[in-house]
Amino acid sequence: MPIVLIVAEAQPDGSIRKATLHALAAGAQLASKVGAELHAVALAKDATALANVVKEYGVKVVHAASAPQFEQYLAETFAPAVAELATSLKAEYVGAAASAMGRDLLPRVAARLKAAMASDVMGFNGDAASLTFVRPMWAGSVIAEVKLSSAVKAFTVRATEFEAAAKAGGGEVKAFTPAAVASPTTFVDFKEVKSARPELTEAKVVVSGGRGTKGDFKEIEALADELGAAVGASRAVCDAGWVPNDLQVGQTGKVVAPKLYVAAGISGAIQHLAGMKGSKVIVAINKDPEAPIFQVADYGLVADLFKALPELREGIKSSK
Amino acid sequence: MKILVTAKRVEDPESKIKVKPDGSGIVGEGLKYKINPFDEIAVEESLRLVAKFPGEVVVVSIGGKEVHEQLRHALAMGATRAVWVNHPGALDQMAIAGLLQKVAEKEKPDLAILGKQSIDDDQSQVGQYLAEWLNWSQATFASKVESFESDAEKNKVPALVVSADLKSVRVVREVDGGLNTLDCKLPAVVTTDLRLNQPRYASLPGIMKAKSKPIEELTPATLGVDVTPKLTVTRMSSPPPRKAGIKVPDVATLVSKLKNEAKAF
Repeated sequence: MPIVLIVAEAQPDGSIRKATLHALAAGAQLASKVGAELHAVALAKDATALANVVKEYGVKVVHAASAPQFEQYLAETFAPAVAELATSLKAEYVGAAASAMGRDLLPRVAARLKAAMASDVMGFNGDAASLTFVRPMWAGSVIAEVKLSSAVKAFTVRATEFEAAAKAGGGEVKAFTPAAVASPTTFVDFKEVKSARPELTEAKVVVSGGRGTKGDFKEIEALADELGAAVGASRAVCDAGWVPNDLQVGQTGKVVAPKLYVAAGISGAIQHLAGMKGSKVIVAINKDPEAPIFQVADYGLVADLFKALPELREGIKSSK
Repeated sequence: MKILVTAKRVEDPESKIKVKPDGSGIVGEGLKYKINPFDEIAVEESLRLVAKFPGEVVVVSIGGKEVHEQLRHALAMGATRAVWVNHPGALDQMAIAGLLQKVAEKEKPDLAILGKQSIDDDQSQVGQYLAEWLNWSQATFASKVESFESDAEKNKVPALVVSADLKSVRVVREVDGGLNTLDCKLPAVVTTDLRLNQPRYASLPGIMKAKSKPIEELTPATLGVDVTPKLTVTRMSSPPPRKAGIKVPDVATLVSKLKNEAKAF
């Protein structure tokens, strides 16, 4: 039986990254379409804990690769190990979440396996003989169906397009010891940008501010906290250094698709729209009635954000 | 030092992309083309590095004759010379990485700097394939800590920190939840994220000088690369359109619509 192999990802504290659960759900969907079984691989200094979490989510086997060299993620050490496992299992499909790690790692794995690859996959069509990967191009202005004709096929999964895998229990954990490799790259450090708020690409609600905030994000943050939302920003705001770079929503920043997206003081450049127009409900608040953001908004309010956002926060609080 | 840098020709990010009714591709009429914005950042970073470590910046583009526009753009910014891999028609990421691999083996640069992705395919793969096939270290999504208004940016200081002995490069990468720093042994492949730098405008003398800078022509055949695609786009479609929204007169209406109609909270 062919195998779909999903690379599980740990967060810096060792816990599973939520996007991996979405990748496992995508892997299960793919496996059922092509008549394959779902495997996963966990790589860490001690991969037991991560493997024990992953095995609960509907996988047949989790391969636990424990080695000192996996203490920190490096493409140069992870890629050979994943490729070696995929080869020994004769896995036909190798995938991961389209997180920073997945986007860095999978093409290197694919290159080792001479596999063609589809990035940011949103769905699968057809069966084993006719399978196509559905993925965005031109920042989501085009939805493409892509056929891969290499023996092994690699992909990353856009987490927002798949429900997280549910606990199904019962997978088997197998130890896997890959060959040791010398890496030409060394890990120096990871500086966490601390936030009590959810990760931008995983949040159900996003509140974003643009140039209209003039760099004052207090009201944006207050509304975000009322809604349990992540904070986003337009490119102009990040470029000015008003907020950290990793908050940028747009074609060249993060692509988000939350249930609710609130854009305050954002005019709506094409490049920003490309990063958020997949949101289920869009609210735009802007002083300029002609702002292009109103063309994609389900609910538009022409108002000063500094007046409207506190009212909105109070209104939501009292009608919850 | 010697740097190999890419300059892909892509649709202007401000143009509206429309799918042909038969789903075979996008409508070409009325489109403007530019250098891929991430590649432009790669060219800028290369120029800053050779200002510090004298050498040359070799810019490469793959495509038909029209990619000379993008090569000339990079040359006008200050790149030393250009390599044109002449191949009209679409190529997949494996073919592109295979061609770049051969060019890199021929040029033997200390660093290959590529955009983290091109804004047409949005695959974000070529740099990593290239690093693997060259067996070089890789640092994707290179970023920097300072804002665009910092003195370092105004003084065009490179964000990539190359060691004085040209043996390694320190790269700050944008990853989920923070910034990751790597030390890569040279030669290495670096792919650039948006905030690595603010690309310069080409000066008039730069544009004049670019006209006489050499463009070497190569082909997949001369490089010995089989470019038969392993990836084919079988169909394109437009995303489902958003239904027209409404303007609400005040915050109270907005709250009630969000609660009762959109069930957003």
